[in-house]
Amino acid sequence: MSLQVDQRREAYRRMLAIRSFEQALPKRIAAGEIPGSVHSSVGQEATLVGACMALRDDDYITGTHRSHGHPIAKGARLAPLMAELMGRATGVCKGRGGSMHLADRSVGIIGESAIVGAGIPLATGAGLSALVRGTGQVSVAFFGDGAANQGVLYECLNMAAIWKLPVIFLCENNLYAATTPASTTHAQPDIAKRAAGFDIPGVIVDGQDLDAVFEATCVAVKRARRGEGPSLIEAKTYRFDEHAIGIFMPSHYRTADEVEHYRRERDPLALYRMRLLEAGHGEPELAGIEHSVAQAVDDALAFAKGSPHPAPDSIFDFLYSNPIGQQA
Amino acid sequence: MAELTYLGAILEAEKEEMARDPRVILIGEDIALYSASGALGKLDPKRTWNAPISELGFSGMAVGAAMTGLRPIVDLTIASFVYLACDQIINQAAKIRFMTGGQASVPVVFRMSMWHNGANAAQHSDRPYPMFMNVPGLKVIAPATPADMKGMLKSAIRDDDPVLVFEDNDLWGKKEAVATDPDHLVPIGKAAVRRAGTDVTIVSIAGCLPHADAAVGQLAKEEVSAELIDVRSLVPLDRATILESVARTGRLVVVDYAHRTAGAAAEIAAIVAEEGFATLRAPIQRVTTPDVQIPFSPKLERPLYPNKDRIVAAARRILH
Repeated sequence: MSLQVDQRREAYRRMLAIRSFEQALPKRIAAGEIPGSVHSSVGQEATLVGACMALRDDDYITGTHRSHGHPIAKGARLAPLMAELMGRATGVCKGRGGSMHLADRSVGIIGESAIVGAGIPLATGAGLSALVRGTGQVSVAFFGDGAANQGVLYECLNMAAIWKLPVIFLCENNLYAATTPASTTHAQPDIAKRAAGFDIPGVIVDGQDLDAVFEATCVAVKRARRGEGPSLIEAKTYRFDEHAIGIFMPSHYRTADEVEHYRRERDPLALYRMRLLEAGHGEPELAGIEHSVAQAVDDALAFAKGSPHPAPDSIFDFLYSNPIGQQA
Repeated sequence: MAELTYLGAILEAEKEEMARDPRVILIGEDIALYSASGALGKLDPKRTWNAPISELGFSGMAVGAAMTGLRPIVDLTIASFVYLACDQIINQAAKIRFMTGGQASVPVVFRMSMWHNGANAAQHSDRPYPMFMNVPGLKVIAPATPADMKGMLKSAIRDDDPVLVFEDNDLWGKKEAVATDPDHLVPIGKAAVRRAGTDVTIVSIAGCLPHADAAVGQLAKEEVSAELIDVRSLVPLDRATILESVARTGRLVVVDYAHRTAGAAAEIAAIVAEEGFATLRAPIQRVTTPDVQIPFSPKLERPLYPNKDRIVAAARRILH
């Protein structure tokens, strides 16, 4: 199963949108326009977009604290995401979530959890819900190599396996949990091998190769929609930026040479651009996509900066479905 | 009306709501025995999920299912096990609606029973509702009669927000006439005045009700007219009913089986001290379980809890 011509364009557009969105942030953080911690998905775009291109619009996903890439990969509009980063009332979460929680329900995201691993049961439950309601939807739990050591992953793999839930457990293994190398916290390097304990498929893919991730996800999605149960996909990827933008990590947990190697040789965007050119997509076509993405990011910034801040007296909004009379 | 036990009321509420709404599912440990026995009626097997011992996992799954069109009831069995599920209850269920700016609701019910006076020792005897009262986004109820349990559990299942339902296992066998109309609900957030009185207000939490009621009877013999309020719902808490009563009686005794510090009784005492101070004629009294682990030996356990005599003694302290 491979992407059709227009899907390839869309995949490139989404990867580029993630990259451009993230790269617009440091300046805005420095200008004091984006408060809080910001975690960039640069380097992991092919994993995110490759997986999401295999999904229907109404399929569910859950993500992580590194939350900007998931909604963009699933097709979200950039403007409400940028407005959320700036804490505006027009933000996708009305200024209540921020950078670590860009859950855009309009594209099927039911959680971007900054509690490591905590999105996994939400996605598993969404799979159970799809099964009960008979909708044919699937659910993807994105999680990192750090979350792979949370016990709740194994509770959910087990329940998804015994009940044959339509869930895809997709590990973005970027090799480091903040500053802790997976090599020091994983008993063996391949998270996918842990699937064997639940008698479900566990596959390793090159997370820098969009087509490889897409194809592996398609296989898992088909299996899930057929009612055969979950799969575990481990995408070996790499985070190009620091754990959080602007944060100084004094420990030498990874070498400059290693980072440089990935940026030069394993950049998913550059690799995919090359593949598109080889497949006959011309420079003018790709330049057109690049121009429109740059414009969309500029528009998102302008929208966010022009949006109102939430009113302080709206603080109790969204706390309960039916307000219960909280006291300020 | 039909005679139902407190435990029967729980089953009846679940059975009626599952029959009424196909979105209601049940998930938890050892629940297959209910569905297999037919106690919940004839159900599609996809409506009951007999889970492995994975409280965190299945509680989180219920939250995910609640966000995507179902209305799960999570049976956590014994309340001390809720700690295992806390990350999903506190960091997800309680926060998702707020953190997503209202993009999602989480209509999930977490049921758990509180055991005591049964020699089950400290890991089966906790009453954790006070800590959940401290978590915005949750609703917390503790019904004390079969009629309230049925009507409030049904309200909880129909509620669009996460509701924690605390059940007192020593009430399981209590019987009374309960409404059979499947649409008869008891609202969440309203206290019940069980006995009207003029000299002292006794506020009872959860399963303390029978003891508080006995204390009111004893006080009546001493020609003291006590008003008895059963709070029923801890979040939202019916402040108005409590404050209005204390405004008339000028005296307050709060009775709770839970530990003393930072508990529901402390919160009620603080509300009355802040908002009803001018109406108080004597210091507020709390009758609670002291801050100690629940022991195994019945000889050690039994004296710890509020009972009729301790409640009467507390009332006497502020009457004379």
